[in-house]
Amino acid sequence: MIVESTLKPKNALSREVVPAGNYWMQPVKQGQTIRILDLEGNQAADTLFYSLKDPSERYSAIDTIREQGNVYLTAGSTLMSNLCNPLLEIVADTCGRHDTLGGACAAESNTVRYALEKKCMHACRDSWMLAVAEHEEFGMSKRDITHNINFFMNVPITPEGGLTFEDGISEAGKYVELKASMDIIVLISNCPQLNNPCNAYNPTPIEVLVWEVDQ
Amino acid sequence: MADAPNNKPLNNKVFPNDELMFRDELPGGAHWSLLMRRGTLLRLIDIEGGANVGMLLYNPNDYLERYNAPDTLKCQHTFKLTKGHCLYSDMGRIFCSIVEDSLRWHDTVGGNLATAALKKKYDAKSYQEAHNDWTLSGEHSFLVELAKYGLNRRDMSANLNLFSKVATDIDGKLQFVENHSPAGSVVDLRFEMDTLVLMHTCPHPMHPASQYPRKPIAYEIRKATPVAENDQCMNACSENQRGFQNNALYHLQGGYAQGGF
Repeated sequence: MIVESTLKPKNALSREVVPAGNYWMQPVKQGQTIRILDLEGNQAADTLFYSLKDPSERYSAIDTIREQGNVYLTAGSTLMSNLCNPLLEIVADTCGRHDTLGGACAAESNTVRYALEKKCMHACRDSWMLAVAEHEEFGMSKRDITHNINFFMNVPITPEGGLTFEDGISEAGKYVELKASMDIIVLISNCPQLNNPCNAYNPTPIEVLVWEVDQ
Repeated sequence: MADAPNNKPLNNKVFPNDELMFRDELPGGAHWSLLMRRGTLLRLIDIEGGANVGMLLYNPNDYLERYNAPDTLKCQHTFKLTKGHCLYSDMGRIFCSIVEDSLRWHDTVGGNLATAALKKKYDAKSYQEAHNDWTLSGEHSFLVELAKYGLNRRDMSANLNLFSKVATDIDGKLQFVENHSPAGSVVDLRFEMDTLVLMHTCPHPMHPASQYPRKPIAYEIRKATPVAENDQCMNACSENQRGFQNNALYHLQGGYAQGGF
Protein backbone atom coordinates (compact mmCIF):
# COMPACT_ATOMS: atom_id res chain seq x y z
CA MET A 1 0.00 0.00 0.00
CA ILE A 2 1.48 3.33 -1.07
CA VAL A 3 1.23 6.00 1.63
CA GLU A 4 3.20 9.21 1.36
CA SER A 5 4.61 10.99 4.37
CA THR A 6 3.81 14.55 5.39
CA LEU A 7 7.09 14.94 7.27
CA LYS A 8 9.58 17.46 5.91
CA PRO A 9 13.28 16.54 5.77
CA LYS A 10 14.19 20.08 6.87
CA ASN A 11 12.40 19.43 10.20
CA ALA A 12 14.23 16.17 10.88
CA LEU A 13 16.11 15.75 14.16
CA SER A 14 18.92 13.95 12.33
CA ARG A 15 19.86 13.03 8.78
CA GLU A 16 22.66 10.71 7.86
CA VAL A 17 23.73 9.19 4.56
CA VAL A 18 24.83 5.58 5.09
CA PRO A 19 27.11 4.29 2.34
CA ALA A 20 26.72 0.69 1.16
CA GLY A 21 28.77 -1.60 3.38
CA ASN A 22 28.28 0.56 6.50
CA TYR A 23 25.91 0.09 9.41
CA TRP A 24 23.69 2.53 11.29
CA MET A 25 23.01 1.69 14.93
CA GLN A 26 21.12 4.24 17.02
CA PRO A 27 18.46 4.37 19.71
CA VAL A 28 15.11 5.78 18.60
CA LYS A 29 12.63 6.90 21.25
CA GLN A 30 8.98 5.93 21.51
CA GLY A 31 6.93 8.19 19.25
CA GLN A 32 9.84 9.25 17.07
CA THR A 33 9.69 8.47 13.36
CA ILE A 34 12.49 6.99 11.29
CA ARG A 35 12.64 7.10 7.49
CA ILE A 36 14.89 4.89 5.40
CA LEU A 37 15.37 6.50 2.01
CA ASP A 38 16.61 4.62 -1.06
CA LEU A 39 18.74 7.35 -2.62
CA GLU A 40 19.63 5.72 -5.94
CA GLY A 41 17.14 2.83 -6.22
CA ASN A 42 16.98 -0.96 -5.72
CA GLN A 43 19.18 -0.90 -2.66
CA ALA A 44 18.55 -3.33 0.23
CA ALA A 45 18.47 -2.03 3.80
CA ASP A 46 18.84 -5.08 6.07
CA THR A 47 17.31 -4.05 9.35
CA LEU A 48 16.89 -5.34 12.90
CA PHE A 49 15.09 -3.72 15.83
CA TYR A 50 15.53 -4.22 19.59
CA SER A 51 13.95 -2.94 22.76
CA LEU A 52 16.35 -0.34 24.19
CA LYS A 53 15.45 -1.36 27.73
CA ASP A 54 16.09 -5.05 27.11
CA PRO A 55 17.62 -6.01 23.74
CA SER A 56 16.66 -9.66 24.29
CA GLU A 57 13.26 -8.39 23.18
CA ARG A 58 13.68 -7.88 19.45
CA TYR A 59 12.03 -7.85 16.04
CA SER A 60 10.60 -11.27 15.26
CA ALA A 61 9.92 -12.06 11.62
CA ILE A 62 7.77 -15.09 12.38
CA ASP A 63 5.60 -13.29 14.95
CA THR A 64 5.20 -10.26 12.69
CA ILE A 65 4.24 -12.36 9.68
CA ARG A 66 1.80 -14.54 11.59
CA GLU A 67 0.09 -11.74 13.51
CA GLN A 68 -0.57 -9.69 10.36
CA GLY A 69 -1.35 -12.83 8.33
CA ASN A 70 0.91 -11.75 5.47
CA VAL A 71 4.55 -12.27 4.53
CA TYR A 72 5.09 -8.82 3.02
CA LEU A 73 5.45 -5.56 4.89
CA THR A 74 3.98 -2.21 3.86
CA ALA A 75 2.18 0.81 5.31
CA GLY A 76 -0.09 -0.37 8.13
CA SER A 77 2.16 -3.28 9.09
CA THR A 78 3.01 -3.55 12.78
CA LEU A 79 6.45 -4.98 13.48
CA MET A 80 6.17 -7.37 16.42
CA SER A 81 8.76 -8.42 18.98
CA ASN A 82 9.53 -11.98 20.04
CA LEU A 83 7.31 -11.25 23.07
CA CYS A 84 4.52 -10.27 20.67
CA ASN A 85 4.66 -6.57 21.60
CA PRO A 86 4.46 -3.90 18.89
CA LEU A 87 7.92 -2.42 18.24
CA LEU A 88 7.12 -0.08 15.35
CA GLU A 89 4.41 0.66 12.84
CA ILE A 90 5.04 1.37 9.18
CA VAL A 91 3.34 4.74 8.73
CA ALA A 92 4.45 5.59 5.20
CA ASP A 93 5.75 3.56 2.29
CA THR A 94 6.30 4.65 -1.30
CA CYS A 95 7.76 1.30 -2.34
CA GLY A 96 4.75 -0.90 -1.52
CA ARG A 97 6.30 -4.18 -0.46
CA HIS A 98 9.27 -5.25 1.64
CA ASP A 99 10.75 -8.70 2.17
CA THR A 100 10.65 -10.59 5.46
CA LEU A 101 12.08 -13.95 4.37
CA GLY A 102 15.39 -13.54 2.53
CA GLY A 103 17.36 -12.46 5.56
CA ALA A 104 20.80 -10.94 5.26
CA CYS A 105 23.89 -11.87 3.33
CA ALA A 106 26.80 -13.37 5.22
CA ALA A 107 30.27 -14.42 4.13
CA GLU A 108 29.28 -18.01 4.83
CA SER A 109 25.93 -17.97 3.04
CA ASN A 110 27.63 -16.23 0.09
CA THR A 111 29.83 -19.32 -0.28
CA VAL A 112 26.66 -21.39 -0.67
CA ARG A 113 24.71 -18.99 -2.84
CA TYR A 114 27.45 -17.85 -5.21
CA ALA A 115 30.85 -19.57 -4.93
CA LEU A 116 33.23 -20.80 -2.23
CA GLU A 117 35.73 -18.23 -3.51
CA LYS A 118 33.41 -15.37 -2.46
CA LYS A 119 34.08 -16.04 1.20
CA CYS A 120 36.05 -12.88 1.94
CA MET A 121 33.61 -10.46 0.31
CA HIS A 122 31.88 -7.98 2.58
CA ALA A 123 28.44 -8.94 3.84
CA CYS A 124 25.63 -7.57 6.00
CA ARG A 125 26.32 -9.93 8.86
CA ASP A 126 29.92 -8.76 9.04
CA SER A 127 28.59 -5.21 9.41
CA TRP A 128 26.36 -6.38 12.25
CA MET A 129 29.24 -8.22 13.94
CA LEU A 130 31.23 -4.97 13.80
CA ALA A 131 28.22 -3.01 15.07
CA VAL A 132 27.75 -5.16 18.19
CA ALA A 133 31.52 -5.16 18.78
CA GLU A 134 31.76 -1.36 18.50
CA HIS A 135 28.66 -0.76 20.64
CA GLU A 136 29.30 -2.73 23.79
CA GLU A 137 26.99 -0.31 25.62
CA PHE A 138 24.00 -2.27 24.29
CA GLY A 139 25.34 -5.60 25.62
CA MET A 140 24.63 -7.43 22.38
CA SER A 141 26.43 -10.27 20.61
CA LYS A 142 25.98 -12.67 17.72
CA ARG A 143 23.16 -14.31 19.70
CA ASP A 144 21.09 -11.20 19.08
CA ILE A 145 21.61 -11.15 15.32
CA THR A 146 18.55 -12.83 13.90
CA HIS A 147 16.08 -12.98 11.04
CA ASN A 148 15.86 -9.42 9.65
CA ILE A 149 13.75 -7.27 7.35
CA ASN A 150 15.02 -6.47 3.86
CA PHE A 151 13.58 -3.07 3.18
CA PHE A 152 13.18 -2.41 -0.59
CA MET A 153 13.76 -6.06 -1.54
CA ASN A 154 11.22 -7.97 -3.59
CA VAL A 155 11.06 -11.73 -2.85
CA PRO A 156 7.70 -13.10 -4.06
CA ILE A 157 6.46 -16.56 -3.05
CA THR A 158 4.85 -18.77 -5.66
CA PRO A 159 1.63 -20.70 -4.82
CA GLU A 160 3.72 -23.90 -5.06
CA GLY A 161 5.94 -22.69 -2.23
CA GLY A 162 8.89 -21.44 -4.27
CA LEU A 163 10.80 -18.29 -3.45
CA THR A 164 11.76 -15.98 -6.29
CA PHE A 165 14.20 -13.09 -6.20
CA GLU A 166 12.73 -10.52 -8.53
CA ASP A 167 14.22 -7.26 -9.66
CA GLY A 168 13.62 -4.55 -7.12
CA ILE A 169 10.42 -2.54 -7.12
CA SER A 170 12.15 0.37 -5.47
CA GLU A 171 13.70 3.31 -7.25
CA ALA A 172 15.59 6.48 -6.42
CA GLY A 173 13.73 8.52 -3.81
CA LYS A 174 11.46 5.76 -2.53
CA TYR A 175 11.26 5.39 1.21
CA VAL A 176 9.70 3.57 4.13
CA GLU A 177 8.84 5.35 7.36
CA LEU A 178 8.24 3.80 10.77
CA LYS A 179 7.00 5.15 14.08
CA ALA A 180 8.49 3.59 17.21
CA SER A 181 5.96 2.08 19.63
CA MET A 182 8.59 1.78 22.38
CA ASP A 183 12.17 2.97 22.93
CA ILE A 184 14.20 0.90 20.48
CA ILE A 185 17.62 0.33 18.99
CA VAL A 186 17.71 0.36 15.19
CA LEU A 187 20.44 -1.64 13.48
CA ILE A 188 20.67 -1.25 9.71
CA SER A 189 23.22 -2.80 7.42
CA ASN A 190 23.25 -1.02 4.09
CA CYS A 191 23.82 -4.14 2.02
CA PRO A 192 27.25 -4.43 0.33
CA GLN A 193 26.27 -7.38 -1.90
CA LEU A 194 28.17 -7.46 -5.22
CA ASN A 195 26.87 -10.83 -6.47
CA ASN A 196 23.15 -10.22 -6.75
CA PRO A 197 21.41 -8.84 -9.85
CA CYS A 198 18.67 -7.35 -7.61
CA ASN A 199 20.78 -4.22 -7.13
CA ALA A 200 22.39 -4.46 -10.60
CA TYR A 201 25.60 -5.53 -8.78
CA ASN A 202 25.89 -1.94 -7.63
CA PRO A 203 25.16 -1.25 -3.95
CA THR A 204 24.35 2.41 -3.32
CA PRO A 205 23.86 4.76 -0.33
CA ILE A 206 20.71 5.16 1.73
CA GLU A 207 19.74 8.03 3.98
CA VAL A 208 18.31 7.63 7.47
CA LEU A 209 16.19 10.45 8.86
CA VAL A 210 14.68 10.71 12.34
CA TRP A 211 11.91 13.08 13.41
CA GLU A 212 11.01 14.05 16.95
CA VAL A 213 7.69 12.99 18.51
CA ASP A 214 4.61 14.85 17.20
CA GLN A 215 6.18 16.39 14.13
CA MET B 1 10.02 -32.97 -5.65
CA ALA B 2 8.94 -35.91 -3.50
CA ASP B 3 8.06 -39.03 -5.37
CA ALA B 4 5.42 -40.04 -2.83
CA PRO B 5 1.83 -39.15 -3.69
CA ASN B 6 0.66 -36.06 -1.89
CA ASN B 7 -0.84 -36.63 1.57
CA LYS B 8 -0.64 -40.40 1.32
CA PRO B 9 1.00 -41.98 4.35
CA LEU B 10 4.00 -44.09 3.59
CA ASN B 11 4.52 -47.49 5.06
CA ASN B 12 7.86 -47.96 6.78
CA LYS B 13 8.61 -50.73 4.30
CA VAL B 14 9.21 -48.03 1.74
CA PHE B 15 12.52 -47.31 3.48
CA PRO B 16 14.41 -50.59 3.47
CA ASN B 17 17.94 -49.23 3.53
CA ASP B 18 18.15 -47.88 7.05
CA GLU B 19 18.94 -49.76 10.17
CA LEU B 20 16.64 -48.97 13.08
CA MET B 21 18.65 -48.27 16.22
CA PHE B 22 16.10 -46.66 18.51
CA ARG B 23 12.40 -45.93 18.55
CA ASP B 24 10.50 -43.78 20.99
CA GLU B 25 7.34 -41.73 21.20
CA LEU B 26 6.56 -38.23 22.40
CA PRO B 27 3.05 -37.46 23.62
CA GLY B 28 1.32 -34.38 22.22
CA GLY B 29 2.09 -31.11 24.02
CA ALA B 30 5.52 -32.23 25.19
CA HIS B 31 9.19 -31.39 24.53
CA TRP B 32 12.50 -33.20 24.30
CA SER B 33 16.00 -32.78 22.89
CA LEU B 34 18.63 -35.12 21.57
CA LEU B 35 22.05 -35.15 19.96
CA MET B 36 22.10 -36.55 16.45
CA ARG B 37 25.44 -37.71 15.13
CA ARG B 38 26.63 -37.19 11.59
CA GLY B 39 25.57 -40.18 9.48
CA THR B 40 22.44 -40.96 11.47
CA LEU B 41 18.86 -40.42 10.43
CA LEU B 42 15.97 -39.07 12.47
CA ARG B 43 12.63 -40.38 11.28
CA LEU B 44 9.57 -38.53 12.59
CA ILE B 45 6.18 -40.19 12.30
CA ASP B 46 2.80 -38.56 12.84
CA ILE B 47 1.02 -41.37 14.68
CA GLU B 48 -2.59 -40.16 14.64
CA GLY B 49 -2.49 -37.39 12.02
CA GLY B 50 -2.54 -33.66 12.67
CA ALA B 51 0.75 -33.54 14.59
CA ASN B 52 3.06 -30.54 14.73
CA VAL B 53 6.76 -30.72 15.59
CA GLY B 54 8.41 -27.41 16.42
CA MET B 55 12.15 -27.79 15.88
CA LEU B 56 15.38 -25.86 16.45
CA LEU B 57 18.90 -27.02 15.54
CA TYR B 58 22.27 -26.11 17.08
CA ASN B 59 25.89 -27.15 16.69
CA PRO B 60 26.67 -28.95 19.98
CA ASN B 61 30.32 -27.82 19.74
CA ASP B 62 29.37 -24.18 19.24
CA TYR B 63 25.83 -23.23 20.16
CA LEU B 64 26.24 -19.91 18.31
CA GLU B 65 25.93 -21.91 15.11
CA ARG B 66 22.23 -22.58 14.66
CA TYR B 67 19.43 -23.28 12.20
CA ASN B 68 18.94 -20.25 10.01
CA ALA B 69 15.56 -19.98 8.31
CA PRO B 70 16.40 -17.17 5.85
CA ASP B 71 19.58 -18.87 4.65
CA THR B 72 17.74 -22.19 4.29
CA LEU B 73 15.01 -20.58 2.22
CA LYS B 74 17.08 -18.31 0.02
CA CYS B 75 19.85 -20.82 -0.70
CA GLN B 76 17.23 -23.19 -2.12
CA HIS B 77 14.73 -20.63 -3.41
CA THR B 78 11.96 -22.19 -1.40
CA PHE B 79 9.28 -21.18 1.07
CA LYS B 80 8.32 -24.73 2.08
CA LEU B 81 10.54 -27.66 3.03
CA THR B 82 10.33 -31.16 1.58
CA LYS B 83 12.39 -34.03 0.21
CA GLY B 84 15.54 -32.78 -1.48
CA HIS B 85 15.91 -29.75 0.79
CA CYS B 86 18.69 -29.19 3.30
CA LEU B 87 18.47 -27.33 6.60
CA TYR B 88 21.27 -24.78 6.82
CA SER B 89 23.07 -23.23 9.75
CA ASP B 90 24.05 -19.57 9.75
CA MET B 91 27.63 -20.68 8.96
CA GLY B 92 26.89 -21.94 5.44
CA ARG B 93 26.79 -25.56 6.55
CA ILE B 94 24.09 -28.21 6.39
CA PHE B 95 22.78 -29.70 9.61
CA CYS B 96 20.58 -32.23 7.87
CA SER B 97 18.94 -33.19 4.59
CA ILE B 98 15.31 -34.18 4.09
CA VAL B 99 15.78 -37.54 2.37
CA GLU B 100 12.20 -38.79 2.59
CA ASP B 101 8.94 -36.94 3.04
CA SER B 102 5.41 -38.19 2.54
CA LEU B 103 3.90 -34.70 2.90
CA ARG B 104 5.67 -32.43 0.41
CA TRP B 105 5.31 -29.36 2.59
CA HIS B 106 6.58 -28.44 6.05
CA ASP B 107 6.17 -24.95 7.47
CA THR B 108 9.06 -22.53 7.84
CA VAL B 109 7.40 -19.28 8.91
CA GLY B 110 4.43 -19.94 11.21
CA GLY B 111 6.62 -19.62 14.28
CA ASN B 112 5.93 -20.78 17.78
CA LEU B 113 2.91 -20.75 20.09
CA ALA B 114 3.55 -18.19 22.86
CA THR B 115 2.27 -18.87 26.36
CA ALA B 116 0.21 -15.66 26.33
CA ALA B 117 -1.37 -16.63 22.99
CA LEU B 118 -2.13 -20.12 24.30
CA LYS B 119 -3.98 -18.68 27.30
CA LYS B 120 -6.09 -16.46 25.04
CA LYS B 121 -6.92 -19.24 22.63
CA TYR B 122 -7.40 -22.36 24.72
CA ASP B 123 -8.77 -23.41 28.07
CA ALA B 124 -5.27 -23.50 29.58
CA LYS B 125 -4.61 -26.20 32.16
CA SER B 126 -1.89 -25.82 34.79
CA TYR B 127 0.25 -28.70 35.96
CA GLN B 128 -1.54 -28.63 39.33
CA GLU B 129 -4.90 -29.04 37.62
CA ALA B 130 -4.06 -31.52 34.91
CA HIS B 131 -0.70 -33.16 35.65
CA ASN B 132 0.50 -34.73 32.40
CA ASP B 133 -2.41 -33.25 30.48
CA TRP B 134 -1.38 -29.67 31.16
CA THR B 135 -1.32 -27.37 28.14
CA LEU B 136 2.27 -26.49 27.29
CA SER B 137 3.16 -23.79 24.81
CA GLY B 138 5.94 -24.00 22.24
CA GLU B 139 7.53 -21.01 23.99
CA HIS B 140 7.60 -22.78 27.36
CA SER B 141 8.92 -25.92 25.68
CA PHE B 142 11.81 -24.27 23.86
CA LEU B 143 12.79 -22.19 26.91
CA VAL B 144 13.09 -25.38 28.98
CA GLU B 145 15.07 -27.28 26.36
CA LEU B 146 17.34 -24.28 25.65
CA ALA B 147 18.05 -23.82 29.36
CA LYS B 148 19.30 -27.41 29.60
CA TYR B 149 22.27 -26.29 27.49
CA GLY B 150 22.80 -22.90 29.10
CA LEU B 151 20.87 -21.12 26.36
CA ASN B 152 17.93 -18.76 26.68
CA ARG B 153 15.38 -16.67 24.81
CA ARG B 154 18.13 -14.77 23.01
CA ASP B 155 19.15 -18.06 21.37
CA MET B 156 15.65 -18.90 20.16
CA SER B 157 15.64 -18.49 16.40
CA ALA B 158 12.82 -18.88 13.89
CA ASN B 159 11.75 -22.52 14.16
CA LEU B 160 10.48 -25.19 11.80
CA ASN B 161 7.02 -26.67 12.12
CA LEU B 162 7.20 -30.15 10.68
CA PHE B 163 3.91 -31.77 9.59
CA SER B 164 2.25 -28.33 9.30
CA LYS B 165 1.53 -26.36 6.14
CA VAL B 166 1.18 -22.60 5.82
CA ALA B 167 0.68 -21.47 2.23
CA THR B 168 0.42 -17.98 0.76
CA ASP B 169 -1.62 -16.43 -2.01
CA ILE B 170 -0.24 -14.06 -4.65
CA ASP B 171 -0.58 -11.10 -2.28
CA GLY B 172 1.37 -12.87 0.43
CA LYS B 173 -1.66 -13.65 2.61
CA LEU B 174 -1.00 -16.64 4.86
CA GLN B 175 -3.29 -19.63 5.06
CA PHE B 176 -2.94 -22.47 7.56
CA VAL B 177 -3.90 -25.66 5.72
CA GLU B 178 -5.96 -27.93 7.95
CA ASN B 179 -5.79 -31.72 7.90
CA HIS B 180 -2.47 -31.56 6.06
CA SER B 181 -0.81 -34.51 7.77
CA PRO B 182 -2.64 -37.86 7.80
CA ALA B 183 -1.82 -40.63 10.28
CA GLY B 184 1.41 -42.35 9.33
CA SER B 185 3.03 -39.33 7.69
CA VAL B 186 6.81 -39.63 7.74
CA VAL B 187 9.71 -37.24 7.33
CA ASP B 188 13.36 -38.39 7.41
CA LEU B 189 16.20 -36.06 8.39
CA ARG B 190 19.68 -37.33 7.54
CA PHE B 191 22.28 -35.55 9.64
CA GLU B 192 25.31 -34.22 7.78
CA MET B 193 27.05 -32.99 10.95
CA ASP B 194 26.61 -33.50 14.68
CA THR B 195 23.50 -31.58 15.67
CA LEU B 196 21.61 -30.78 18.84
CA VAL B 197 17.90 -31.14 18.05
CA LEU B 198 15.33 -29.36 20.20
CA MET B 199 11.75 -30.35 19.51
CA HIS B 200 8.25 -30.05 20.87
CA THR B 201 4.85 -31.42 19.96
CA CYS B 202 2.86 -28.34 20.96
CA PRO B 203 0.18 -26.97 18.63
CA HIS B 204 1.09 -24.83 15.64
CA PRO B 205 0.29 -21.21 16.55
CA MET B 206 -2.06 -20.87 13.56
CA HIS B 207 -4.00 -24.07 14.22
CA PRO B 208 -7.67 -23.02 14.28
CA ALA B 209 -8.88 -25.68 16.74
CA SER B 210 -10.63 -24.26 19.80
CA GLN B 211 -9.52 -27.22 21.94
CA TYR B 212 -5.81 -27.69 22.54
CA PRO B 213 -4.70 -30.24 19.90
CA ARG B 214 -2.64 -32.96 21.54
CA LYS B 215 -1.04 -35.18 18.90
CA PRO B 216 1.74 -37.69 19.62
CA ILE B 217 4.64 -38.53 17.36
CA ALA B 218 7.10 -41.38 17.11
CA TYR B 219 10.74 -40.78 16.40
CA GLU B 220 13.34 -43.27 15.30
CA ILE B 221 17.10 -43.01 15.15
CA ARG B 222 18.45 -44.96 12.22
CA LYS B 223 21.78 -45.49 10.59
CA ALA B 224 21.74 -43.42 7.43
CA THR B 225 22.72 -44.76 4.05
CA PRO B 226 25.98 -43.00 3.19
CA VAL B 227 25.67 -39.97 0.93
CA ALA B 228 26.20 -41.17 -2.65
CA GLU B 229 27.64 -39.04 -5.42
CA ASN B 230 24.23 -38.83 -7.03
CA ASP B 231 22.49 -37.94 -3.74
CA GLN B 232 19.23 -36.14 -4.38
CA CYS B 233 19.64 -33.53 -1.64
CA MET B 234 23.28 -32.76 -2.42
CA ASN B 235 22.50 -32.40 -6.12
CA ALA B 236 19.16 -30.65 -5.83
CA CYS B 237 20.91 -27.37 -6.70
CA SER B 238 24.46 -26.08 -7.00
CA GLU B 239 23.94 -24.26 -3.70
CA ASN B 240 23.52 -27.57 -1.89
CA GLN B 241 26.65 -28.97 -3.56
CA ARG B 242 28.56 -26.03 -2.11
CA GLY B 243 26.88 -26.51 1.27
CA PHE B 244 28.14 -30.11 1.30
CA GLN B 245 31.62 -28.82 0.37
CA ASN B 246 31.49 -26.50 3.38
CA ASN B 247 30.58 -29.48 5.57
CA ALA B 248 33.46 -31.48 4.11
CA LEU B 249 35.86 -28.67 4.98
CA TYR B 250 34.41 -28.47 8.49
CA HIS B 251 35.00 -32.19 9.03
CA LEU B 252 38.49 -31.91 7.58
CA GLN B 253 39.13 -29.47 10.41
CA GLY B 254 37.87 -31.99 12.96
CA GLY B 255 34.41 -30.54 13.07
CA TYR B 256 35.26 -28.16 15.87
CA ALA B 257 36.73 -25.12 14.16
CA GLN B 258 34.62 -22.01 14.44
CA GLY B 259 34.15 -20.00 11.29
CA GLY B 260 36.30 -22.47 9.45
CA PHE B 261 37.03 -20.47 6.35
